[in-house]
Amino acid sequence: MSPAPRPYTLVAELTYACPLHCVYCSNPIDFARHRDLLDTATWRRVLRQAERLGVVQVNFTGGEPLLRPDLEALVEEARALDLYTNLITSGLPLERARLERLRRLGLDNVQVSIQDARPAESDRIAGREAFQRKLEVARWVKELGFPLTVNTVLHRENLDRTGEVIALAEELRADRLELANTQYLGWAFLNRQALLPTREQIERARSVAAAARKRLEGRMEVVFVVPDYYVEFPPACMDGWGRRFLVVSPDGLLLPCLLAHTVPGLSFGNVREQSVEELWTSSPGLLAFRGEDWMPEPCRGCTRRSIDFGGCRCQAFHLTGNAAATDPACSLSPDRALIEVARAEAVPPPGRLVEFRYRSARPPAAG
Amino acid sequence: MIPAAARPSLAAKARLRFDRASGGYMLLYPERGLALNPTAASILRLCNGELTVEAIVERLQGEYSERPAPEMRQDVLEFLEEMVRRGLLQVPA
Repeated sequence: MSPAPRPYTLVAELTYACPLHCVYCSNPIDFARHRDLLDTATWRRVLRQAERLGVVQVNFTGGEPLLRPDLEALVEEARALDLYTNLITSGLPLERARLERLRRLGLDNVQVSIQDARPAESDRIAGREAFQRKLEVARWVKELGFPLTVNTVLHRENLDRTGEVIALAEELRADRLELANTQYLGWAFLNRQALLPTREQIERARSVAAAARKRLEGRMEVVFVVPDYYVEFPPACMDGWGRRFLVVSPDGLLLPCLLAHTVPGLSFGNVREQSVEELWTSSPGLLAFRGEDWMPEPCRGCTRRSIDFGGCRCQAFHLTGNAAATDPACSLSPDRALIEVARAEAVPPPGRLVEFRYRSARPPAAG
Repeated sequence: MIPAAARPSLAAKARLRFDRASGGYMLLYPERGLALNPTAASILRLCNGELTVEAIVERLQGEYSERPAPEMRQDVLEFLEEMVRRGLLQVPA
C-alpha cells in the first residue's frame, strides 16, 4: 500500500444547524440525526493534528458555523497554527461586533452565500427572508478590511441572471466570486427536476462569466463551475477521494467529502476515538476509493483516471446504487443514460413557480 | 507594465506561509495555494508595500548573482506582473 497523500485543506463542518432552508443544501438529508456535536477541545485537537499532517487551510463551515459560540476560540487556535482560515457563512446570525472580533483574531477570508441577485428570488431559495441582511454583512466584511468571497449556487431559476449576480458582486467589491452550478446530490437531488437547467442556459451563463473573468482580471476572481450533468468527463470530485481534502463532520466522522457518510457500507472512524492521522491513513472508508485499485472498467484502462479519479463516488451511488461504478456523469460510463434522461427532461423556468422541498429537520419521504 | 517606482504588496486575500514539509514557502489564498520556488518566495517576501519594484530587482540581482542581471530583472518583472494578473499582488496607483 502506498503512503497516504498529504491533505492540504481541512473542511471543518462545525454544525449542521442553519437558519436557512436552501433547496440544494449539501448537508445530508438526515442531517438532524447527527446532533452529537464535537466539543471545543476536540476541535482544537483536530486542528492541531490536521496541521501536523500537512494541512495549510481550514474552512469553517456547516450548516452555519456562526451558530457555534466557540467559533472565536477555533479561529484563534487555527491562526496560532498559522493556518489560512476561511469562514463560510450564510451571514446569519451575525452582528458587526462579532465580525470585528473575528478580524482581530486573524480570520483570513469571509465567504458569504447569496442565493440570487434579486431579493424575492434569493429569499425563495433560502426559504426565509435573508437577502438584505446578507448584503449588509458583505459590506461589513469589506469595511473591516477582510477579503470577500461571494458564493452563488446556480440553477434553472437564476442562471439567466448570471450577469446580475456578477454586477452585485462587483458592487459589493468581492475579491472572488464563485458561480457554482448545483451538484445534484443530497437536497439538490430531491429537487433536481425543479433545479436542473437546460444546456442553453448553461452555455449562455458560461459565456457571460468568461467575459466577466477577462474584464475583471486582477480585481475579482470569477470561478464558474459547470454542473456534472453537462460535461463530457466528470471533474475531479474533491481532487480525488482522500487525497487533498479532509472533512470532519459535526459529530466527528473523518470523511473524504461532504456526503461520503450517506453511502451505505462505508465505515468512517470518529476523531473522538482516533487521531486525525490514524483515520486519514487507515480508516476503511478512506481506503475504499483512494488511489486506482478500486476502479472498474472503463476507468481502469482510461488515460483520464489520474485526472478525474473516476468522478464522484456519491453521485455514482445515488444514481446507480453502486458507489464503485464509473460516475454516470462521464460520457464513457455504461450508466450515462441516467444523466441523459434527466437532461432530456430539463426545461427552461416555467412562468409559474414550481414547488420545492425545502431543507428541514424532518426529511421528506423518499420519492 | 508595473512602474519601477511602484511599491507592491500582497493582496488582502493572500498570505505567505513557511511549509515545514517542503522547506519552502507557500502563498495561500481562498481555496488555493501556490508552492513557491526559492526565487518566487524571495520576491514575494520583499513585496511589503515599502520597497519599490526597482529595489526588489536590485535585491534579487544581488542575491542570485550567478544569473545575468538583465535576465534577473526580466524574471522579476514578469513574475510580479503575473501575480498582479492573478489578483495576488496589489500595486497602489
